[in-house]
Amino acid sequence: MNNLAVFTKGILKENPIFVMLLGLCPTLGVTSSAMNGMGMGIATMFVLIMANASISLLKTQIPDNIRIPAYIVVIAAFVTCVQLLMEAFTPDLFTQLGVFIPLIVVNCVVLGRAEAFAAKNNVWSSLLDGAGMGLGFTIALTMLGGIREILGSGSIFDYKFITGDGILIFILAPGAFIALGFLIALINHLKIKKA
Amino acid sequence: MEYILIIISAVFINNIVFAQFLGVCPFLGVSNKMSTAVGMGGAVLFVITLATIITFLVQTYLLDPLGLGYLQTIAFILLIATLVQVIEVILKKSSPSLYQALGIFLPLMSTNCAVLGVAILVIQNDLDLLRAATLAIGTGLSFLFALVVFTGIREQMDLVGVPKGMKGVPIALVTAGILALAFMGFSGLV
Repeated sequence: MNNLAVFTKGILKENPIFVMLLGLCPTLGVTSSAMNGMGMGIATMFVLIMANASISLLKTQIPDNIRIPAYIVVIAAFVTCVQLLMEAFTPDLFTQLGVFIPLIVVNCVVLGRAEAFAAKNNVWSSLLDGAGMGLGFTIALTMLGGIREILGSGSIFDYKFITGDGILIFILAPGAFIALGFLIALINHLKIKKA
Repeated sequence: MEYILIIISAVFINNIVFAQFLGVCPFLGVSNKMSTAVGMGGAVLFVITLATIITFLVQTYLLDPLGLGYLQTIAFILLIATLVQVIEVILKKSSPSLYQALGIFLPLMSTNCAVLGVAILVIQNDLDLLRAATLAIGTGLSFLFALVVFTGIREQMDLVGVPKGMKGVPIALVTAGILALAFMGFSGLV
């Protein structure tokens, strides 16, 4: 597989949210606005890229039967970095995202890419794979956040274009499930039509 | 009385799946059959309670006095992963029947965000040990409750004609959304 294909497959063909349905907890939990979704996406992308690259570098050093705990420690180290960086530089976003930042550790996308890709490929392609997957994740979260923000409060990236209230339910918990359900249904529908 | 309120509020008002979005992956993954749903819910209840107590003790007596609060994430995930392994070994030896029921779900626990999530939330909210343990039990119960209700609905839904694109996860998500809407009716109960 050439480098470009490694990078782009995470965005569309193997999008972690819309196609592989991994990491749904943060997807539903933080996407009450486009900004929150994008912040969470970028934080996860950083962890994905760094963890993929380091695990690819360490793959010959890590004994096979303890590889999962070893991967988790590497991932947890980068998540702690993100946590401290965000607390220092974007304190507002950090409080908004709350418990979901440390929970990047248990995001199946990150561990899944480490096990399925980084453990078998060289550093450069692992880095690209992490970047592509992270970008796909960020796009999905921003889209879902954007849709919920438009429907729920009539604004996008905090820019209000409808006066008055939106459909409040889309900002609350049930709206997350319903919006994601219809978004995935739309993508499935387009796929069926194309085939 | 206060402890009963903590449990009721965890199960109905701040339901772990419908209000806090933790543990959604196993929630969607094992909700096809009632027997697996009960097994998974039981395993979560068991692990979440033990994990919260142990991480709480480590945070209060090890990390806080030594000023190592920033190691929380790494320490907790390692503790939970180890705990899951230990539980698996002990159950295998001491109670084969329970191991049969919960065994296959245990390895999934270390990457269940509900387990780590509650451990972290308990520390963030400054609870004491007894309240933390009660909240953990309540959260485990709330996951079991949500999973069983949802599985009941999904089992019925297999018999219904669903548009092609909506089949599987999309319709499950929309159903969960409507269920979450129903759970909102409990807000203000306590």
